[in-house]
Amino acid sequence: MISFTTWDVVRNLLLSLPWTLALSFIAFLGGGLVGLLLLVLRLARPRIFERPVAAYVQVFQGTPLLMQLFLVYFGLALAGVETSPMAAAVLCFTFYASAYLTETWRGCVESIPKGQWEASACLALTFTQQLRYVIFPQALRLSVPPTVGLVVQIIKNTSLASVVGFVELTRTGQMIANVTFQPFVVYGLVALFYFALCFPCSMLGSWLEKRMRLQH
Amino acid sequence: MQQASDLRGGHPMLDFSSVLAAWPDFLGGLAMTAVLTLLSCTLGTLLGIACAWCRVYGSRVVRLAVASYVEFFRNTPFIVQIFFIYFGLPAIGLRMTSLPAAIVALTINLGAYACEIVRAGIEATPRGQLEAAQCLGLGRWHTFTRVVLPPALSRVWPALTSQLVIIMLATAVCSLVSTAELSYVTNRIAAQTFRQFESYIVVTLLYLSLTIAFRRLLQWLGPRFVFGCAPIGGAR
Repeated sequence: MISFTTWDVVRNLLLSLPWTLALSFIAFLGGGLVGLLLLVLRLARPRIFERPVAAYVQVFQGTPLLMQLFLVYFGLALAGVETSPMAAAVLCFTFYASAYLTETWRGCVESIPKGQWEASACLALTFTQQLRYVIFPQALRLSVPPTVGLVVQIIKNTSLASVVGFVELTRTGQMIANVTFQPFVVYGLVALFYFALCFPCSMLGSWLEKRMRLQH
Repeated sequence: MQQASDLRGGHPMLDFSSVLAAWPDFLGGLAMTAVLTLLSCTLGTLLGIACAWCRVYGSRVVRLAVASYVEFFRNTPFIVQIFFIYFGLPAIGLRMTSLPAAIVALTINLGAYACEIVRAGIEATPRGQLEAAQCLGLGRWHTFTRVVLPPALSRVWPALTSQLVIIMLATAVCSLVSTAELSYVTNRIAAQTFRQFESYIVVTLLYLSLTIAFRRLLQWLGPRFVFGCAPIGGAR
């Protein structure tokens, strides 16, 4: 009979931490790229993509992430693609993050005064140039605090990837709790790990927000 | 790969009939989701208001305690919170069945978020209103419930609405501790019919319509019953 010490629990949780971080990072990167693409589509004229993108956002913000994960997981299998929990989780989180990021960034772009668009149009800038040199640089500054908030949300939500069998922090915690019969200690530690990841990000986000408010 | 194409040859690609035949089960799950949502939203909002009061008017120790509660629950995943409550707490003698555990977890989670939202509304109260309430000889309780709270809630109602919708979506996670709500029922139907994808399509659409309906309901409810009807200097 092998007995687990608290140190063993902590060590195993630490080993699974990179997976949570990796999934969060990929989700943020992939979601950011897709989100940016969707944002450009949504701003482009004629506004044919506005409604489809809005519907996309509505679907991902209006349904539980758990169901989205199951849909992607079983949907890929149905389409004949060999699925691993990793592929399903990465794909799903990319979609999920892109919906939230594109919606947040749209808010930032919309808070740029209309005169900026008109002035840059008067200078004969093309749509791409307007975005590249006038709108995005200004929107970027505004978007930093809410984006940091979304990073926290993404890190927390990667815990749901455990239900399709992706072995990250929560899944490891579940397995250890089942072996050691110490759910109180193990889940408490898992929560503390997440807190250690998310709390600094939250603090950074609110600090940036406060600083921005002081500047304006 | 071979097996997959065989399967596709044998059955139509998507077949909703067996899933839709289980509609009474879906309805039962829907009812449970509604009960969970309504209970935890009501209790959680009340908890949030109480915590917001503590954070604004409480003593130093109370403020610190509430702040740590809020930060802790806002920075850990809901799934870990509910696992801790359902699987972890029995170890120290607090045993709950899945439904109370789910309600407690949702309430505590919402309480933390609602606290921050309501606090922002309370702190935006103009000083003059407090002074006016004092001049009218209102006590602390009446000042808070009649003067401060209704406008504060109306200021932050959009943010609170989104948070309540998020809590409604979070009820899906309660299926993991076997609360018989919509997702739990769907998992069972999916396993029985072997039509996983179709089951989850159906339930996702159900959740989507539930979200839209719930948001509409809250937008309608707020101005009429939550902060609109409070007789500020009116009836009494």
